[in-house]
Amino acid sequence: MENPENIIEVRNLQIDFHTYAGEVKAIRDVSFDLRKGETLAIVGESGSGKSVTTRSLMGLLAPNAVIKSGSIMFHDEDIIKKSEKDMQHIRGKDIAMIFQDPMTSLDPTMRIGLQIAEPLMKHKGLKKKEAVAQALEMLKLVGITDPENRINDYPYQFSGGMRQRIVIAIALVCYPEVLIADEPTTALDVTIQAQILDLMKDLQNRIDTSIIFITHDLGVVAGMADRVAVMYAGKIVEYGTVDEIFFNPQHPYTWGLLNSMPTLDTEGGSLSAIPGTPPDLLDPPVGDAFAARSDYAMKIDTEKEPPFFKVSDTHYAATWLLHPDAPKVTPPAEIVRRQKKFATMQKPEAPIKHETKE
Amino acid sequence: MRKYLLKRIFYLFLTLFIVATATFFLMKLMPGTPLQNEAKLTASEKASILAQYGLDKPVWLQYFIYIGGIFKGSLGLSFQFSDQAVSYLIGSRMGPSMQLGGQAMVVGVIFGIILGAVGAIRKDTWADRLATVLSILGIAVPSFVLAILLQYYLGLKLGWFPVAGWEGFAYTILPTLALAASPLAETARFIRTDMVDVLSSDYIELAKAKGLSKFGIVYHHALRNSLIPMVTLIGPLAAALMTGSMVVENIFSVPGIGEQFVKSILVNDYPTIMGVTIFYSALLCLLLLLTDIVYGIIDPRIRLSGNGD
Repeated sequence: MENPENIIEVRNLQIDFHTYAGEVKAIRDVSFDLRKGETLAIVGESGSGKSVTTRSLMGLLAPNAVIKSGSIMFHDEDIIKKSEKDMQHIRGKDIAMIFQDPMTSLDPTMRIGLQIAEPLMKHKGLKKKEAVAQALEMLKLVGITDPENRINDYPYQFSGGMRQRIVIAIALVCYPEVLIADEPTTALDVTIQAQILDLMKDLQNRIDTSIIFITHDLGVVAGMADRVAVMYAGKIVEYGTVDEIFFNPQHPYTWGLLNSMPTLDTEGGSLSAIPGTPPDLLDPPVGDAFAARSDYAMKIDTEKEPPFFKVSDTHYAATWLLHPDAPKVTPPAEIVRRQKKFATMQKPEAPIKHETKE
Repeated sequence: MRKYLLKRIFYLFLTLFIVATATFFLMKLMPGTPLQNEAKLTASEKASILAQYGLDKPVWLQYFIYIGGIFKGSLGLSFQFSDQAVSYLIGSRMGPSMQLGGQAMVVGVIFGIILGAVGAIRKDTWADRLATVLSILGIAVPSFVLAILLQYYLGLKLGWFPVAGWEGFAYTILPTLALAASPLAETARFIRTDMVDVLSSDYIELAKAKGLSKFGIVYHHALRNSLIPMVTLIGPLAAALMTGSMVVENIFSVPGIGEQFVKSILVNDYPTIMGVTIFYSALLCLLLLLTDIVYGIIDPRIRLSGNGD
């Protein structure tokens, strides 16, 4: 580990998928850290590689995926080099995962108590009876009413929000160090979303776990994350603290994302969308992958890949706009408004102290 | 649930009634008479024998007499076996047929599940392809062909098992194998398709994320969920076993109902044909009913649906 505060260090990860059409370069040189106790949000549109990245942490990539290079350090060991058997001891115990659709992620024919108890039986060697007893505690913790009776119910007897609470109970029952939440609220309606997010934050404090939160919903990120990494076309294009990403974004793609997010003070009746579609990763473009869709693209964006430029100790963005020789551009009005707000935010309280890296 | 059951039982009897009616008239359309040595009999002898069995009456009257008998609980007397009651004939020959059918079902379903599961877990490998070839063969090769092949090679050439007869467990092995091929193949195909689906579902992904081993995932999650639709196969499988057993019992000289049935068709033993047909139909209907009840037991979503959840 380069930094003792880190629990996971991903370095230069590159993942390809073999398909009939050819090699899809799904993850292209991704590096990030996860610190103890923090929530890191990975944001990006569908196909940007956020799910693939986290699946590789679990060793749960599809059979046609190949890890071309890179390392994923967890407890000073490289997960990539681990065998399937070794990974089985990590999954569910040290690193757990919550999935997107609670309606389909529970086994319809097994009582929920046993489903929650399963990881305990596997990882802690508990007998069924003891494990189910602990499962009951977990059900209480995730806020299922009347847990003594409901522990013997089947998934179909619960609503979507309740099922997601059960999925969370399964994920957290072994008190994992890392929780990966893959769009855990996308399939839920808005009021339930808020409840689930509150529950996750509450449990994070209680059992002291780090969370990687994958989402395409920036609104969810704002209340949930400490730090944000923005992914586009298999790469991280910008990362920083939640305030830095929301109020001082630097990459045109982040601008686009924020601009297409409705806020309470969005003026006028229309939302702006990012034009075009993401690039074909069978043959990724040279340079900045977002250039083709960006109003701010320069000639160099189509020729050379931008490195990460440092904005602050905690904030980096991969865009040529940050190069000293780049012309000054004016971001969209909404972003300018945000940046002004950021300037006022900076004065009263000092930015959150984080160790520098790179 | 009770209302549902009563309805199903009513339909069961309706089905049996229709089967009995159709069989009766189809049987009457068969050429020939139940008389042996017909050519040597004089016209008056013929007429007196036919009159003795009530066969001189018009067909529609015979039909009502027969149906009336069924409602009184009688399947009539056999022509060929010196006036034994058909119900007694079926009862006394049921044992070997049930034993064979049961053994074949158990062997077929168990090995079918294993074969299908291996195919699904090792999808697109040589093991999967071998399983597919085996199950296609099992479906394509009729049980009587397999019966004769088994009889010839394992019975006659290698002498491992008795060729025919019914004098102990060893005698049941070859007919069981011959009968088991079709349910085995059907089960294997069914389980493979089903399990491939189940293995790609979200809850299997979650089971993997729990850190369960491959075997644990298949055994605790995939199998049960794949087996649920499999229950619907029990009815058709039973039907295949029954029809298969008629021929296979003949080939191996097993004193079962199937053998009895084939014989009674050859000699126009009307009451026995009717009796066995109704018996088979009743068995099949009961199995289908049982299937639906079992379905409710293993799938909790169906079990409680009657309670207005």
